[in-house]
This record gives sequence, structure tokens and C-alpha cells, in this order.
Amino acid sequence: MKIVKIREDNCIFCHLCEVACIVEHSQSKDIIKAFKREERPIARCTVEFNYPVSLSVMCRHCDDAPCIEACQNGSMHRDERGYVVVNPETCVGCWMCIMACPYGVIKRDTRREKWGLSTKCDLCPDRVIPACVEACPNEALTFEEL
Amino acid sequence: MKWMKNLKTYVPPSFVVERDDYRCIRCKACVEQCSFDATFYDEEEDRVWTWNANCVGCNRCAAICPTDAITVRRADPTYRYNHNWNGHVDGLKKRAIFGGTPVVSMGNDKPYPIYWDHMLLNASQVTNPSIDPLREPMELKTFLGRKPDSISVSDDGLKTKLAPQLELDIPIMFAAMSYGALSYNVIEALGRAAKEMGTYYNSGEGGLNKDHYKFKGNIIVQVASGRFGVHKDYLDVGSAIEIKIGQGAKPGIGGHLPGEKVSETISETRMMPKGSDALSPAPHHDVYSIEDLRQLIYALKEATEYKKPIAVKIACVHNVAAIASGIARAGADIIVLDGFKGGTGASPQVIRDNIGLPIEVSLAVVDERLRQEGIRQYVSIVASGGIRNSMDVVKAIALGADAVYIGTAALVAIGCTMCQQCHTGKCAWGIATQDPHLSKRVNPDIASKRLINLLEVWALEIKETMGAMGINSIESLRGNRLNLRGVGLNEKELEILGILPAGE
Repeated sequence: MKIVKIREDNCIFCHLCEVACIVEHSQSKDIIKAFKREERPIARCTVEFNYPVSLSVMCRHCDDAPCIEACQNGSMHRDERGYVVVNPETCVGCWMCIMACPYGVIKRDTRREKWGLSTKCDLCPDRVIPACVEACPNEALTFEEL
Repeated sequence: MKWMKNLKTYVPPSFVVERDDYRCIRCKACVEQCSFDATFYDEEEDRVWTWNANCVGCNRCAAICPTDAITVRRADPTYRYNHNWNGHVDGLKKRAIFGGTPVVSMGNDKPYPIYWDHMLLNASQVTNPSIDPLREPMELKTFLGRKPDSISVSDDGLKTKLAPQLELDIPIMFAAMSYGALSYNVIEALGRAAKEMGTYYNSGEGGLNKDHYKFKGNIIVQVASGRFGVHKDYLDVGSAIEIKIGQGAKPGIGGHLPGEKVSETISETRMMPKGSDALSPAPHHDVYSIEDLRQLIYALKEATEYKKPIAVKIACVHNVAAIASGIARAGADIIVLDGFKGGTGASPQVIRDNIGLPIEVSLAVVDERLRQEGIRQYVSIVASGGIRNSMDVVKAIALGADAVYIGTAALVAIGCTMCQQCHTGKCAWGIATQDPHLSKRVNPDIASKRLINLLEVWALEIKETMGAMGINSIESLRGNRLNLRGVGLNEKELEILGILPAGE
């Protein structure tokens, strides 16, 4: 199973992984429209910074994922690829996954009408290489076998 | 208010940053990447803003912008046209306002003649065959060091004892650029590329970080007037030792690494207190004559048991041929000639822009003088300072060089845009900086791959050109000035370069 490896020695704090993530999860997948016309999705990765360290953090797709344990209705589940994803149809926004996540990489999207939605890295099911990895200009994110 | 223009310190900006507001998505990548405080984001106004006066034209923002919203262009001169004065107004103002001589970096940027572009190469047609390097073997291997007057061979092999030689798979080496001037990652990339390509990189005058001892076999270590980081292990790890007398960008003056750049690791490598300025004296204080130089050369040879060739690097100045002759007679194995277009990490502008000689001319006169004196075989000549492409390498070798050094070209290969801000230590491309966050911008994996690509492509281009000339070994091209013809040069220039005019 391939995952995104984080190499903090190479991270240059440009945030392009976040930009690419937003574009990939937008309706149009067009960078201008995603940022200026449509409702902007939440970036699934976050670039952390504490001089001189910076690194992009996103879901580690843990083997013993505490978020799956914590989810009360099975919305947080492992898909056929082996990655941890959330089913947006059934998620009720109880945020237990956020409480359980040891990396703090699950975010709240509160823009739904009825209930909120857990938002996290889905490792771009429509792509061979995740958008953040492809966008990183310095190979601080690489998509490799575990 | 973060910044406001003030007439008291006003010098017109050199660059204007234009931002297409439709394309700008306010991702702030440019804001984070600008290390010169030229770009800001204003939360209230939701606007990305540029202080043009701070912009150095490094183009980092334009390169990183994911929507191509940014164009950096040179600011048009706003003064009334005056051929004599326009180029000097800003320099005058800077001196008057700040009370200091401007320090600059990289090489001479003034429009002096470029002789490389006035020389054309030959090719075979009908009367002799050209060679296809993709089908036939082609030799670029080069040996640097003292060659014997004659050799004797027996059935057991070579009987003559040869002086120590540097073996290069490709006649291109990475010039002396110190750890201190360049970031750790860049040195790492240069070392890896040199190792991979079977060539050498030069440690520069700043000593060698312990981590880089692993490149043993591909390092030339430098001994400069400051003697920073020179000790037994350092000399042992080098395949050759280079005595730096002068540097093309600043002949006659020493080096200056500002105290801000002397970090913990730099201070350890250079063996000097952290945070103090690293000042290299202008001369070596034990070398005031050719005889003194001979003493230093032999002191280093003694220290390394006569196992390593000793190179002497000089800046090209008016009597370069006579000086080179003296160096050859002083016992050097390699002479490095550094032309006035060579780069630097910091130099006073007046020195960089007005002192020295072109490498093309110096190389021609040095090679000619040593031949006339019958001592050419005692030294190898390495040309450096303004080698921009593979054809410059071919022309340099045809003029008499044994190999070349590339410095600026290597840095450009790993990202440098030649914004000439190396002396500030804020390099936005992470090359000429010691800032631990900025220097991450060079990933040694990517950078070394790029350097290897560059050298491989240049090697192929050199082979192609040699093939066209019907030459299958770089040895046959060396000093082969009949393969050069001058265009647009006067009779005296042709005479000095030792080449025929086109058509003759």
C-alpha cells in the first residue's frame, strides 16, 4: 500500500500542497474557479511551521486507525484500496474521529445545512498520484510503498 | 504601517512586480517565498501587495505562483535619456545616501566583449570524415598534473615515474565555492554530482564540513589567504590542493564572509568563533614573491607526501602570462586561470566591474607563453570565470585549456536566477544562504540530479562538436587553435588569441 511520505527537511512552506488539495476536491477542478467562484473545499493537508521547521501533515491512514474505532455509525471506514475514508452520506458530524485522531488531521466542515462533516485526506481516488504530491515543488511529499 | 517610501533613502526600484488580480487566488505562496520582504498579504483588504523597492528580481514569486499571476519586469528608466549618466545615477545616490561602497555578487555584469561569441568552430566536409559519437567511441578522459618530458616503456609497462595526476572523466569541474557562501545542501549536491560524473568539486576557502569527507576522491581542497579550516585531515581528504592567490571577480582583494553567516556549523568548519566576520587577507602574508609561493607549494607537497598535485589559482590580470610562467617554475602542477567574469559571493562593485582580464585572452597568452618557454608540459591549465555553455568549454580547450571550472553555470542549474544578492545571505532559492529555513529550498536529491543532467548533456554536446571536427579524443582538441576562426575581431585581438580570421 502506498502512502504519502513527509520529508520535513525538504518542506519550503509554500502551501502548494494545500492549494492542490483544494483544487482536486473542488467541483470544477479548475484553480481559479475553485478559489474564486465556487464554495471552496477545505484543504485536507495542513502546513505546520515553527522556524526553521515546516512540514505538511495529512492523514497517515493508520493500520489501527483510532478514528474508525471512534466512529459511532461506521462512516469512517477503510475503503477497497485500504485507505481510511469517511462516507459523507452517513457522517453526522459528532467529531469523535477528531477527538481520537493522534495527528490532528481530521477537519470540521460545518457548511452543511443539517449537520457537519468530517473532512480528511482520501488520497485522491481519481488520481494515480495524489494532488499534493504532484504539486510539491521540492519533493517534500512523495508517494511511496510503506 | 509596515513600510513607507521615504525620500531620504529613495532610490528608484529596479523591478516592478505585476500581479494579475483575476489570476491571483490569494494562496500567499509568494508571500512566504519572498525572503527580501517585498511581498505582503493584507488580511483586511484581502490583497497581496509588493514593495517594489525591496524586489531584487530573483523571480522566486513568479516561479512558485500556481496560477502564473505574477510577472516581474525591469523598471524602465524614469530619468531623461542620457547615455553618459543614466547607468550611474542610482550608484551615485546609493553611495551618497548610505555612505558605503555597494557590495555586489555574481560576476561582472557590464557589457564587455565576450570573445567566446567571436570564435567559430570547424567541421569536417568531404576531405576528412566526421564522426558520430553515438556510434563510435569518443574520449573525454583528462589527466591534470605535471607531465614528464619523455617516457620510457618496457615490457613490464611504463618505466617513467609519473607525477600525481587528477583523473577526470569529463574535463569540467565545479569551481571553488565555499561552505559558508553556499548552503550545506548545495555543497552536498555538488559533491554527489562530482562523484557520479567522475570529476571534482572544489571545497572553496571555507574548509570542509565533516559530513562531506564522504566525497573523498572527488574533492579539491583549497588553501586561501585566510587558511580557514586547513588542517591535516582536510589536506588528506582532497585529491588535489589548490592555493588560491586570487579570484576573477575580485582580483587583489580578500574575502569577507559576514558574521551573520558564520553559524555554529560554519564556525566549526572554519575553525573560528561563531558570529565573527571571516576576513581573508588580500595577499597570503607568507607569499610576497614567486620564491615564497614555491615554499608554500613544497610545504603542502611535503605535508601530503608528494602524493597530490598542487594547483595555484590566480585571477587574470595584465601580466598573467609572466605570472603563470613563474607559477609553473615554482613547482605548481596545475594553474587555474580565473577570468574577470567569474562569480563571487560578495565583492565591492567597483572591483568586480573594472578589474581583470577576459579568460579567453588570458588563456591564449598563458598557453602560448608556456609553449614558447618549453614548460607547458609541467602544468595543466584550468580555465574558469564565465564558462556559460558546452561550446565555451570546447573553445577553451581548443585555446589551450586542459579542463574548465564551472561555478555560476552549476548554480543556475540548481535554481539560481542571478539576482546578485548572494552577499545578503537571503538567497530566495536557498543557494547562497545559511538560513536553515531558506536553505531547505535546495533539495540535494533534485539538485544533484540536475547537475548530473547538465554535465551529461554538455559531455554529449562536446562529443558531437568534436565528432563534427573529425576528432575522437579531447586530447587532439587541446590547444588545437586551427579549429577556431575569429569573426568580428581586429588583427591584434586575433594575434593575441592566436587564431585565424574567418575565411583564412
